[in-house]
Amino acid sequence: MNSLEFSLLVCLGGVAAGFLGSLTGLGGGIVIVPLLALWLGVDIRYAIGASLITIIATSSGAAAAYVKEGYTNFRIGMFLEIATTVGAMVGAFLAAKVSPSAIAVVFGVVLLYSAYQSNRPRPERPETAAPDRVATFLKMDSDYPTVNGPQSYRVSNVPAGFSLMFVAGTLSGLLGIGSGAVKVLAMDQVMRIPFKVSTTTSTFMIGVTAAASAGVYLSRGYIDPALAMPVMLGVLAGSMAGARILARAETRILRTVFSLVILALGADLIYSGLTGRI
Amino acid sequence: MREWSDDRVQWLMGTLLRWGVIFAAAMVLAGGAMYFASCGSAIPDYKVFRGEPPELRVVAGIVREAVSLNPLGLIQFGLLLLIATPLARVAFSVVAFALQGDRTYVVVTLCVLAVVLYGLSREGSNTVVPPERFAPMCISSDAPSRSFHR
Repeated sequence: MNSLEFSLLVCLGGVAAGFLGSLTGLGGGIVIVPLLALWLGVDIRYAIGASLITIIATSSGAAAAYVKEGYTNFRIGMFLEIATTVGAMVGAFLAAKVSPSAIAVVFGVVLLYSAYQSNRPRPERPETAAPDRVATFLKMDSDYPTVNGPQSYRVSNVPAGFSLMFVAGTLSGLLGIGSGAVKVLAMDQVMRIPFKVSTTTSTFMIGVTAAASAGVYLSRGYIDPALAMPVMLGVLAGSMAGARILARAETRILRTVFSLVILALGADLIYSGLTGRI
Repeated sequence: MREWSDDRVQWLMGTLLRWGVIFAAAMVLAGGAMYFASCGSAIPDYKVFRGEPPELRVVAGIVREAVSLNPLGLIQFGLLLLIATPLARVAFSVVAFALQGDRTYVVVTLCVLAVVLYGLSREGSNTVVPPERFAPMCISSDAPSRSFHR
């Protein structure tokens, strides 16, 4: 295998990561890290640097379309970003003081439970439901495109969702994982936001959280240009393709794929925590 | 002057993200093409972590390498543009909400921007470059050294 073949292979992995990441709101790091670290034998630090690039590329590549088409609720995204960015700072600070292994196991169990929960969809809050006071003040109620035209929705439990977002940010700072899973779960399960709005708003948000931690990865030398190049170009192609099919994709299928991915993520975290890899 | 409706803000935000991504990708693609043209076909060794050379770890160094048309410097500069895109989106949101006269969200967005910039400045300045061996800038099959770089 020469460097061109190696780059093409990594680029294909990037396409898969961007595609899956943009449709599930998870970012795609979960595809890139195992591909590089386990399959191609790349040092985990280079893999983490490439994963950061994956998350930012998925986010911007897909969100450009999602925001224009009206799936992403940018007010919800902006408001919740306060919680995730502050959480990420707290997580990075705590990382030196607590055992990440124990947290990885606990978080893994939470994800396994969530995978089970999210396959039992709750009805989205119809517009006839009573408006939530906080959501109304923050102008979060909106509508999103469906095959039957715009569908309006109402948002609930904003304080609970905000708190969970803080936890999501802390976990991402602590464990160095993309917190797309918790972001989608908080919006979908707690705030009762339609699934496609939850995943696209998560996609919109993860880029900012990741960009905030880019400084440390760059200065530690984790971001290798020759490795990040095929990753980034592949991820952009994949995430733009994902954004194109979102409109036609069935929510039921997206939910199933999302559950399977967080199931794998949860199992991996428990295993890594128990064997002391994290 | 048209009104700053949510639809218009969304359209502009999407356009900003798209152009950020296009510029970043073009830069990375150009650097990548030059990399393959000049660096031969040996795969860099990623099994052992060496870390990037110091000039590819800081913004000033990356800009310098990109200006001197070093392929890896160009790629790294494209990645910087990619990282800057979501930050530009947050900065644009501050302006958009201000033009909408939405004070609540101006404060919300400023908070996000402040936290992100604080994080970037703190993390960037605190980190000491460890005395590791640096990865060669370019490995060619016949001369496994830092031959390409200066």
